[in-house]
Amino acid sequence: MQIFINEKPQVVEQGSTAFGVRDNVKKDADVVVYNGFIIKEDMALKENDRLVLIKRGEMPKQEDLEALLVSRHTPGVHQKVKQAKVGIAGLGGLGSNIAISLARLGIGKLLLVDFDVVEPSNLNRQQYFVKHIGMEKTEAMKDLISQINPFVEIETKNIYLDPSNMEEVFKDVDIIVEAFDNPKCKADLVNVTLSKMPQKPIVCASGMAGYFSNNEITTQRLMKNMYLIGDRVNEAKPGCGLMAPRVAIAANHQANTVLRLILGEKEV
Amino acid sequence: MIINGKEMNIGDGLTITQLLEKLNLSKDKVVVEVNYEIVEKYAYDERILSNGDKVEIVSFIGGG
Repeated sequence: MQIFINEKPQVVEQGSTAFGVRDNVKKDADVVVYNGFIIKEDMALKENDRLVLIKRGEMPKQEDLEALLVSRHTPGVHQKVKQAKVGIAGLGGLGSNIAISLARLGIGKLLLVDFDVVEPSNLNRQQYFVKHIGMEKTEAMKDLISQINPFVEIETKNIYLDPSNMEEVFKDVDIIVEAFDNPKCKADLVNVTLSKMPQKPIVCASGMAGYFSNNEITTQRLMKNMYLIGDRVNEAKPGCGLMAPRVAIAANHQANTVLRLILGEKEV
Repeated sequence: MIINGKEMNIGDGLTITQLLEKLNLSKDKVVVEVNYEIVEKYAYDERILSNGDKVEIVSFIGGG
């Protein structure tokens, strides 16, 4: 029967088991991933099962790396995600977190857009490191993502987005992510998308400041192709900051919404 | 008319600009849909709303 070992199709005998295959293929593997789950006990194999064999402490061969990186994905997800192209407008608290989550998913292609450089006050919520201070955010994100999942194709644009260029920039992506800070820019991008590119879903955010309750942050589907994340109430302003936990909650609502859309789930 | 799912008695013949003013919303920070069609910003002064219209307004706040 056919199974997949490190994502490569292989034929094994009927009646084979996971640990039996491990003993034949990579006897020293001490992590055996079966259909996305690490198993501690042997399992009987069936047609199209997916096995990934990992030895702790060992750097995998380049030809195996991509499969190993996504071996804990729900089976079937990576193939779909690898075909997708997502545009992210803004690489701040929301955008940098979303880009990294999508990179860890093994997204096919990211179009990352920001005009700004990393400065120290960013580090309380944005995914940059101290060494990135002063660097353009587009360059810093390329650096980070190359070290997380080097198989993600990245295109960057170091520009300030406004209604005169938004459609041109995002015309080729499947899904647009609004990750701005400024509410006027948020409204602009959503307006441009809904009026000029109404078939493209837009995943946007409004309200994630402070340390208010986690449970106030929601994902809503509005106006057919708009997905709005946030509490819609708590804006950043003097006396109310933006901090990693709550911003990342919102960012990952957005990232999971992107994942769901890629996998055909249009409802929230 | 119905605004964001709620029946509101807000007067007939208002433009979108006037409705936004009544609701205390900034026209630069909103997305407006009337009867399932997006209305672009340049039309806010001209588009007149009537009884029975179904209006969706999303207002964005800062932070991200």
